[in-house]
Amino acid sequence: MTDTAFVEIRNAAKSFGSLQVLRDINLKVERGQIVAIIGPSGSGKSTLLRAINELDPLSSGEIWLEGVQINKKLPHRQYERHVNQVRQDIGMVFQHFNLFPHLTVRENITLAPKLLKGMSAGEANALAEQQLAKVGLMEKIDAYPSQLSGGQKQRVAIARALAMKPKVMLFDEATSALDPELVEEVNLVMKQLAEEHMTMIIVTHEMGFAESVCDRVLFMDGGVVVEEGPPEVIFRNPENERTRAFLRKHLQTNHNR
Amino acid sequence: MDVDLILRVYPFFLQAAWVTIQLSVLTAVLGLACGSLGAAARLSRLRIFRIIGAVYVSLFRGTPALIQLFILYFGGPQIGIQLDAFEAGVIGLGVNIGAYMTETIRGAIIAIDRGQTEASRTLGLSRWQSMRYVVLPQAARLMIRPLGVNINALIKGTALVAAISVVELTYTAQRYIGSTYKPFEMFLLSGTLYMIIIYATGRGIAWLDRRARIT
Ligand SMILES: Nc1ncnc2c1ncn2[C@@H]1O[C@H](COP(=O)(O)OP(=O)(O)O)[C@@H](O)[C@H]1O
Ligand SMILES: [Mg+2]
Repeated sequence: MTDTAFVEIRNAAKSFGSLQVLRDINLKVERGQIVAIIGPSGSGKSTLLRAINELDPLSSGEIWLEGVQINKKLPHRQYERHVNQVRQDIGMVFQHFNLFPHLTVRENITLAPKLLKGMSAGEANALAEQQLAKVGLMEKIDAYPSQLSGGQKQRVAIARALAMKPKVMLFDEATSALDPELVEEVNLVMKQLAEEHMTMIIVTHEMGFAESVCDRVLFMDGGVVVEEGPPEVIFRNPENERTRAFLRKHLQTNHNR
Repeated sequence: MDVDLILRVYPFFLQAAWVTIQLSVLTAVLGLACGSLGAAARLSRLRIFRIIGAVYVSLFRGTPALIQLFILYFGGPQIGIQLDAFEAGVIGLGVNIGAYMTETIRGAIIAIDRGQTEASRTLGLSRWQSMRYVVLPQAARLMIRPLGVNINALIKGTALVAAISVVELTYTAQRYIGSTYKPFEMFLLSGTLYMIIIYATGRGIAWLDRRARIT
């Protein structure tokens, strides 16, 4: 065991070819903490989130989860086994849901537990029902994703991630693709997770939601963390001029919508 | 039109049609096997396999199938490959259509949204599990129709093996023309039988495609 925080990112840098997208990012998230990442489009928020579970591996730096380094340099086979293992502990929710359209809601949820945790059909079913009850969608258990609204799809995607009993949940603009009237049902599920002390890193454009749910807010711009602090400071009284400008612009456009 | 002649010779054409069907089925099976391997090679993580896949496709799509057949059947013995005409026909046509099927299968696989792979890998599925349980079932539906087009071409392509004396529909027509001097009737007869085979296959493919859409 190393003396790392529950989730810890150290000196993270990432380039796509010659384009440097993340520079020297450091982040510590304690167990049960909820961190929001805000910032303009293209600032590297998704890349940072995707680096945490090795979808976009860092160019340099370290990522730790509960004393285990996620982005270990290993020979190919060992590396694959390692990431397959650690990813089970990291739930991720995407902007566009990415439900499996050829599977029912039940099968979407049970696929990974059956394959990876050796669950029997019965156990997996019970788990699916439990997770669906939690997001309030028991009646859709045998529906296909195409039969669901956007908000329902995202709730199923959350249930699917939770079924793996992850240690941390990553949300990449989970409500950005939703019609405004469907945002709240997804936010409610996330709030419920917060009450259960799920560790979460949430990339969001919804400042109100971030303020009400998160313990800490990071403002990113141009691949760096420009400012971070408790929500009341970042949203009410930010120090950095870039943070202020972003919030001013963002609140304005939100009003104009 | 000599209807009497047609009525007299049609049983032989039915036999020949059976040979064409056997050729087509075996060729399709071999083609699907080659196509699956080819697509796996083209999508491999390893460069060497990608190169092998690309060379296979461009070699067999870039030269006439007839020349490929001739090289195998007439040239084969020179390098120690002894095949009878039917075997050479199946292997030659199968490997040839496999090159087209490689591209069909690969196309269907890469048409599946990257988000599907990402979501499954994020849950902890391995590359293979993600392919097997998430990508391939979706890609399989997409490839039914284009593979049907490949199979349609393949059935018509079996006519080429007449050139190496396999007694199938085209060869049989030619043989009866030699003795009857009635090319119109003979080609009409074999053409009709080709049409029936192709029509039935097309219906089968459409049925599969419809079924895949419902579930
Ligand atoms: N796979 C990729 N290849 C090349 N550039 C990328 C890739 N993914 C993201 N980028 C670039 O990285 C920058 C940050 O992107 P992203 O992390 O998606 O930002 P955000 O989520 O904050 O909008 C952008 O300039 C984007 O174009
Ligand atoms: Mg993004």
